[in-house]
Amino acid sequence: MDRILPQPTPETRHFWEGCKVNELRLQRCTDCQHSYFPPRPFCPKCGSRDVAVYTASGKGFLYSYVINYRPRPDLGKEPHSIAVVELNEGPRMMTNIVGCPQTPEALQLDMPVEVTFESFSDEISLPFFQPAKA
Amino acid sequence: MKPKSIAVVGAAETTQMGKIPDVSVIGLHADAALNAMKDAGLKPSDIDGVATAGISPVELAHYMGITPTYADGTGVGGCSFMLHVRHAAAAINEGLCKTVLITHGESGKSRVGAGRFGGSPASLSGQFEAPYGPVGPPSMFTVPVMRYLKARNYTVEDLATVSVIQREWAALNPRASFKDPISIDDVLNSPMIAWPFRMLMCCLVTDGGGAIILTSADRAKDFPQKPVYILGTGESVETPMVSQMEDFTSSKAFRVSGKKAFDEAGISHADVDHLMIYDAFAHLPLYGLEDLGFCKPGEAAGFVRDRNTAIGGKLPVNTNGGGLSYMHSGMYGMYAMQESIRQMRGVAPAQIKDAKISVSHGVGGMFAASGTIIFGNEA
Repeated sequence: MDRILPQPTPETRHFWEGCKVNELRLQRCTDCQHSYFPPRPFCPKCGSRDVAVYTASGKGFLYSYVINYRPRPDLGKEPHSIAVVELNEGPRMMTNIVGCPQTPEALQLDMPVEVTFESFSDEISLPFFQPAKA
Repeated sequence: MKPKSIAVVGAAETTQMGKIPDVSVIGLHADAALNAMKDAGLKPSDIDGVATAGISPVELAHYMGITPTYADGTGVGGCSFMLHVRHAAAAINEGLCKTVLITHGESGKSRVGAGRFGGSPASLSGQFEAPYGPVGPPSMFTVPVMRYLKARNYTVEDLATVSVIQREWAALNPRASFKDPISIDDVLNSPMIAWPFRMLMCCLVTDGGGAIILTSADRAKDFPQKPVYILGTGESVETPMVSQMEDFTSSKAFRVSGKKAFDEAGISHADVDHLMIYDAFAHLPLYGLEDLGFCKPGEAAGFVRDRNTAIGGKLPVNTNGGGLSYMHSGMYGMYAMQESIRQMRGVAPAQIKDAKISVSHGVGGMFAASGTIIFGNEA
């Protein structure tokens, strides 16, 4: 079954365009320097419309997660993580932790993670995170 | 809102509860509404305000034969009905209407005449959460909990304890879906849903409904039932994306809503005799105890473990058995308030002796929204 994919909007297109070229793009307020996610054309902290897109480090740490034992059909049959990572730039985002066993032992809170991208269509590559290489 | 200016004069749940395959969603609303009107001694023509969630207040008004001068369709999930009470209280005090009917009905299990789940893939949650495979609340509402357990030094056993104690309450309630006692081991050996959550840490899925009728306290004494007064109300919303909640160990909406209600009522925590905390999952009573200020952060699990919230404890919580054992049709907030109202009327199956103040605290979505209503039975 095909993976359920996001439908970009004009306000989020830069993020998904970035994923296609393996870049994790965040936004930063030019006025107050606040970095934020998910995308929007203004700063949620101060309300300024003067914001800029930048490429984030793609590094962060595992903030919280569940291991879903009843996967949605498009995610296969094996239990998998649904996680939130905190990026070094500050924002948090939902993701799947890949490249390691999907077990509480392997999924330690606060472990360093890094972004990796997988292409699902011409338009959509999803950002996932894997344990950071030392 | 001025405390004690508004009273509940009618309250009832649907005639049946649990599995109701022969009644549609609108039928459940109507059954609860008719029961509440009978409770209050009112006819549809006596009602001039309507509020509901899940369906439109237009559907409700037309189906019931009500011509309202006030309609509220606030829909922020399971605590919507707390917000409806709050808005109705303001509306009655402002003279927009005199008598408001608030209804809930949901065919959560049988799905008779029920809508579909799921949002647009272009919404923010559709773009930035749904692609990662959440399957509704069991794998979404639970996402903050690993961080919470670590920050508070709580364990999975602490979550299981919440389920065990609520089942003890449910055993006293003839209408509860699950009444058989369970142990911590039973909970920890129940099927894994989404680590660290086992099935018995997750709410039921049932059919049912409830309705509440409010009017001014001045008029309330002319009604057949003992009035239950609204002492304080609160509401707030935070984020439609659980991954974006500001603090994974504390709900901002809970804190804002709870404080507003307590400030309005002018009461302290020691004044509270009975507490309902919407428990879609076993972590919610722990968050609620902390965010409402009954426990300091890090003390809620011990408070529950020491049986303070259990039968005979100093702060009885979720005395109907809660969403974990009583019933949960999808938007449980209505049933939390029904139990608060029963306790204030003195007619609850697990009645708390001499209870004078009850707090009903609701959550909407997945830490998306919150509403708090403080009830009292003394004029």
